[in-house]
Amino acid sequence: MSEITTSTDILTEEVTHEHSHVHRDDFGAKIGMWLFLFTELLLFGGLFILYMAYRVQYSEAFHFAAKELNIGLGTLNTIVLLTSSLTMALSIAALQRHKKQLSLFLLGSTIFMALLFMVNKYFEWSAKFSHGIFPGSADLMDRDKGEIVFFGMYYAMTGLHGLHVIIGVILLSFMYVFVKRGSVNPDNYIKLENSGLYWHLVDLIWIFLFPLFYLLH
Amino acid sequence: MSNPATNVNSVNYLEYTGKYKGIFAWIFSTDHKRIGLMYLWGMALFFIVGISLGFVMKSEMLNPGKDLIDAQTYNAIFTLHGVIMIFLVIIPGIPAVFGNFFLPIQIGAKDVSFPRLNLLSWWLFLIGGILAVMSIFLPGGPIDAGWTFYVPYALRSSTNVSVALLAAFILGFSSILTGLNFITTVHRLRAPGMTFFRMPLFIWSLYSTAWIQVIATPVVGITIVLVIIERLFSIGIFDPALGGDPILFQHLFWIYSHPAVYIMILPAMGIVSEIIPTFARRTIFGYKAIAFSSLAIAFIGYFVWAHHMFTTGISDFSRMVFSFLTFIVAIPSGVKIFNWVATMYKGSIDARTPFLFVMMFIFLFSIGGLTGLVLGNLATDVHVHDTYFVVAHFHYVMFGGTIMILFAGLHYWFPKMFGRMYNERIANISVFIIFIGFNMLYFTMFILGYMGMPRRYWDYLPEYQPLHIISTIGSYILITGLLLMIYNLVKGYYSGKKAEQNPWGGVTLEWSVPSPPPLENFEVIPTVEHEPYHFETHEEVK
Amino acid sequence: MSNVNEHKSHVGYGRYVLIWLILLSLTIATVAVAGIDLGKLTLSVALLIAAIKSALVINIFMHIKFDDKIFKVFLLVALMTMLVVFVLTSTDIFFR
Repeated sequence: MSEITTSTDILTEEVTHEHSHVHRDDFGAKIGMWLFLFTELLLFGGLFILYMAYRVQYSEAFHFAAKELNIGLGTLNTIVLLTSSLTMALSIAALQRHKKQLSLFLLGSTIFMALLFMVNKYFEWSAKFSHGIFPGSADLMDRDKGEIVFFGMYYAMTGLHGLHVIIGVILLSFMYVFVKRGSVNPDNYIKLENSGLYWHLVDLIWIFLFPLFYLLH
Repeated sequence: MSNPATNVNSVNYLEYTGKYKGIFAWIFSTDHKRIGLMYLWGMALFFIVGISLGFVMKSEMLNPGKDLIDAQTYNAIFTLHGVIMIFLVIIPGIPAVFGNFFLPIQIGAKDVSFPRLNLLSWWLFLIGGILAVMSIFLPGGPIDAGWTFYVPYALRSSTNVSVALLAAFILGFSSILTGLNFITTVHRLRAPGMTFFRMPLFIWSLYSTAWIQVIATPVVGITIVLVIIERLFSIGIFDPALGGDPILFQHLFWIYSHPAVYIMILPAMGIVSEIIPTFARRTIFGYKAIAFSSLAIAFIGYFVWAHHMFTTGISDFSRMVFSFLTFIVAIPSGVKIFNWVATMYKGSIDARTPFLFVMMFIFLFSIGGLTGLVLGNLATDVHVHDTYFVVAHFHYVMFGGTIMILFAGLHYWFPKMFGRMYNERIANISVFIIFIGFNMLYFTMFILGYMGMPRRYWDYLPEYQPLHIISTIGSYILITGLLLMIYNLVKGYYSGKKAEQNPWGGVTLEWSVPSPPPLENFEVIPTVEHEPYHFETHEEVK
Repeated sequence: MSNVNEHKSHVGYGRYVLIWLILLSLTIATVAVAGIDLGKLTLSVALLIAAIKSALVINIFMHIKFDDKIFKVFLLVALMTMLVVFVLTSTDIFFR
């Protein structure tokens, strides 16, 4: 591991800030972003460990309770997120090729699909709520422990994931503005790339959540 | 490559004035050196609070039954003592102070990769600390669940659990961002010629630690989030009344909290690897072995956590696995100790204050480490788990280990950071007093634990009293030593003799820049041509 | 270290679309497999398919296949650590 890196290799300008040691380093920015993604991986990893343990402990209850989840909506949401990953990647590709309008369109589509995901999620959750299945509800407390835990895990994991989708919407909206204004452009698009990495992570988490919750039987 | 504004290096970092004035020049500063100092002041304050809590606890234990405080207050105090010492002092600890201050300088850089993120880390530290203190005074009263906030009690306690946990969550974020910053900095900003194997060992230790900060901390993050939402919404994840499994909580908790102890000790070991060569005037013995042992400890350290859970009801199979792995993780630490001692052999020892602290460390940490084996062994653990034996063990390694080296680092790098010297005679006397007080305070606890005295108990049977009294007197002696040390350093800061650029004859890059360093550390980024501890072949850097 | 902006060859639009189509197919496959009762195997197959989908997203959409080796090393370290943690937790959960 003896990579010899010199400070002069660090690309482009020394930005003359108040403290002129703020420099541009796209490669370093990407390293930082991947490291941040690892923290997200471990954050959800903890939840997946819990899922694994409870599924082993309450396998019958899990199978039974999972039937109440809507496979159709789950599959639709999976497709929506996968497609949003596509448009995200295409958006960066377009910007790299100096196709700013196309890039904006694709980025906007990504945001649109993220919102679509949240709308679907809203329908799913509100349907559950109206059936009396929500954390702490009387109906839920009446059920078997395994079912309570199943829905506890369901709300915790899809809830935390949904929160990350919302953060993604905000992040990508900022990127949209930056691309429109030109501060993110074909010569400086690391922010967009890093936002894309975040978005793909949100997709990845769902890729695992979907079969584990919706396809249990 | 010349600086666009060369006047940034004409004054030192303490006197530099830029866009901001007064206190804003500090709390809005992205200079890694100022950030390191701000961590130092914050941590010193929290350390004093933590010691005071310990003082109250030890005084209460002079007699069985009530001396000063009731049992509920005692529970809150030992909880706060743990939360403050662990999350606000020791985990930020050496990386936040000396890592921030010296990582860029030792690799020949002007700052870290993400200076503004670095400032954010400090702000999160401050906010987390303020929240933690606030939780003491808000309605509900201070959290009393132990710093380990085990469920189900943490779910049931009517005290301010959620606020305290939120503080811990924010502090965790601070730690993660620091780790992220350091990893990137080590990969991206090393000076020309500084390959990975020409980095000082302190950098290797910070690098290994940073990986733990990034990968382990999120697990306690999610654990904290789940406890908070379970308290708020009865969601049914950990609460046994709802089908949850409290042992799973412990798994998630310790999956972070064990690697956390390596966050605490690895940077300290890195500083030991700096101090010994300097004061033995010899190059380190087995550089690569020590470098790799840091990585090994960081890696294997992830896989031993359930040794905190041997008596909880986990499977026999897992207990055997974890006990085995616990013994394995001790090996790389042993490698370090052997190499340090080998470095001193036939060296030309200059027993200055930093060196004395390191000698104390080796003694205290060895005791702590060896007693860890007693705890890691299944058969003996059953008898000493949750007794004072454990309390003694972790104070020997955390206090006798990390904190002593924090003091060592302070005395080693004091002249560099502040451009002044402290009184060495008083410093050495304080080392001596601290050593006596420490062992009186904590060695007695090994015996108490072995005799069956449980931990976190406000009351005890009369047969334990003699040892409790000795222990408490030890704490008073220790505190005297600490106060003397702090007084000496503060006096040195304000009126100490001006320090030269390289008072100890060190050969790593920080000794090649002025004391205190200028804003951007180097007039010209150096080119590195040799390994870091080159005493035999080169004169020390003047 | 070369500027990551100076790729000689960017991944083409077509390649991204192709990967997306594969991902959709795999999704449909997962749903189909869930309908068939394979007992314990259903979970393994579902997770395997999820792993393949992840590999595609990480390698192509997240570009790690074409980036500097260091990213792959980092990811491997993180994944290995998580995997071992899962396995060790299993020594308790599955053997109670």
